Amino acid sequence: MIRFDEVSKFYAGNPRPALNGITLEILKGEFVFLVGASGSGKSSFLRLVLKEEKPSKGQIHVLGQRLGTLSSRKVPYFRRNLGVVFQDFRLLPQKSVFDNVAFTLQVIGKSKGYISEAVPDVLKMVGLAGKSARLPHELSGGEQQRVAIARAIVNRPAILLADEPTGNLDPSTSAGIMTLLDRINASGTTVLMATHDAGIVDQMQRRVIELSGGTIVRDERSGGYQTQAVPIQQIGQDAAQPRTQSVQTQTMPGPRLDPESVERQSVPSWGADK
Amino acid sequence: MRLGLVLGEVGSGLKRNVSMVISVVLVTFISLTFVGVAVLMQMQINQMKGYWYDKAQVAVYLCTDTDTTGNCTGAQATTDQKNQIESQLKSTTLAPYIQKSYFETQKQAYDRFKKQFADSPATEFVQPSYLNETFWVNLKDPSQSDVLRESLSNQAGVQSVVDQRGYLEPIFAVLNAASYTAIGIAVLMLIAAVLLIATTIRLSAFSRRRELGIMRLVGASNRFIQTPFILEGVIAALAGSVLAGGAIFLIVKFFVRDYLARSFASTPFVGLSDTVIVVPLLIVIGAVLAALSANVAIRRYLKV
Repeated sequence: MIRFDEVSKFYAGNPRPALNGITLEILKGEFVFLVGASGSGKSSFLRLVLKEEKPSKGQIHVLGQRLGTLSSRKVPYFRRNLGVVFQDFRLLPQKSVFDNVAFTLQVIGKSKGYISEAVPDVLKMVGLAGKSARLPHELSGGEQQRVAIARAIVNRPAILLADEPTGNLDPSTSAGIMTLLDRINASGTTVLMATHDAGIVDQMQRRVIELSGGTIVRDERSGGYQTQAVPIQQIGQDAAQPRTQSVQTQTMPGPRLDPESVERQSVPSWGADK
Repeated sequence: MRLGLVLGEVGSGLKRNVSMVISVVLVTFISLTFVGVAVLMQMQINQMKGYWYDKAQVAVYLCTDTDTTGNCTGAQATTDQKNQIESQLKSTTLAPYIQKSYFETQKQAYDRFKKQFADSPATEFVQPSYLNETFWVNLKDPSQSDVLRESLSNQAGVQSVVDQRGYLEPIFAVLNAASYTAIGIAVLMLIAAVLLIATTIRLSAFSRRRELGIMRLVGASNRFIQTPFILEGVIAALAGSVLAGGAIFLIVKFFVRDYLARSFASTPFVGLSDTVIVVPLLIVIGAVLAALSANVAIRRYLKV
């Protein structure tokens, strides 16, 4: 699904890499948390997957396509296979819930008939049936995020990228959103979610990739926001779990970092968390 | 369906930036009007050149009793000298250049003078003997008057050899200067128009940045994203060039044909048939201009 080979990303004017020699693979149907302090490279990672940025070094494969050789004319068609959700929802304020979701389908040229079927379906799935005529500002934050999720998945993407989707929401609303994402994942969509929300990560017990200063310091199956165990031993135990059978997850032999030192190391002088 | 969506985007874009769109229309209108005027002036010059140069003759003025200029010594050209000049005009060296030539006596010159300056008091003082006897020569190619001048101006009895085209040069110089000025103004205005179109597109893209961001994320094709902006620029510029075409048409119709052509009936002027060439030219220039600046603007402000 997503494979990074020795990928590094430098931003102009900053000698420190945003990502430094990242190698990882995310398989079909996985649910992956991307954690790390601000400036650790999470957003850069997502932007690279979306081909909003080009890697300075290394190769990225997404959905069997080598992004380095993808012509700019084909990028839009590539992105139709990805859904994206943001912390700030990014809904169009003057369009109704229905139109916000339909807009996605309109601009990629779907027929009116298809739109009038697909949109109510997806709104029902995210739990917004009956609110399709509302405007975004009439909805609560959680509902707005559901609209954004509906928009991201209405085209049935193979991969859903979520950049701190619960960052603006209270814990119980967040839990609702996570249930929704879990359900989307269960229907076969690969979900890659960048988050700061320790509670969610700890509760879900899914694969966790921790970035710090542009490198992977942890890649753990069924991990928490912060690792609790000696990683080597966990591999043996986790291998028995069916959900991630096919995943060759390793725990990176990187240095163990406590949160304070991570914070100090990754001075966010580049603004990737926009 | 998608066409409707694109046109809807164009409409809302034009509505949102209405003041910018109007300024684009006006600037292209004015600049293209100047372009059209310049083109018409060049056409006018060519037309006048063709008309007058065909009529322009070379005059070989002969000496009179009172002349001391040129080869003259204050004595009238003798019959021998006239015969010599005439035979030279008919000789094999000059004849190939000459379409026709005829001799004008002092009496004929006087009659013509009286007719031409009928209202002028000068006619009362001028006597036939003051006027030059003249060989009027029509050349096959009016630009080759030098040949005649070289071979005849040193002949005895010849006062001077004058190409009438020389009288027209100042008129054409003035018209030329005017048309170059118009082109200069037009170029400046066109630069302003290009920058304005680019700025309009930039503003339009800025006011629609949310939609654009989402369109990009969900994979709207580049063409789908860019077409509305290009169309906005092209529509504004086309409106301007159509206005300019209308202005050119009105100028030719009411100023040139109805006023100038009537006041100076003997001079040929550009007509409505010339506007048929100029107006499409203006519209094409307007559209190309808009497409070019839209292209640049998109490359700078609408990166996908």
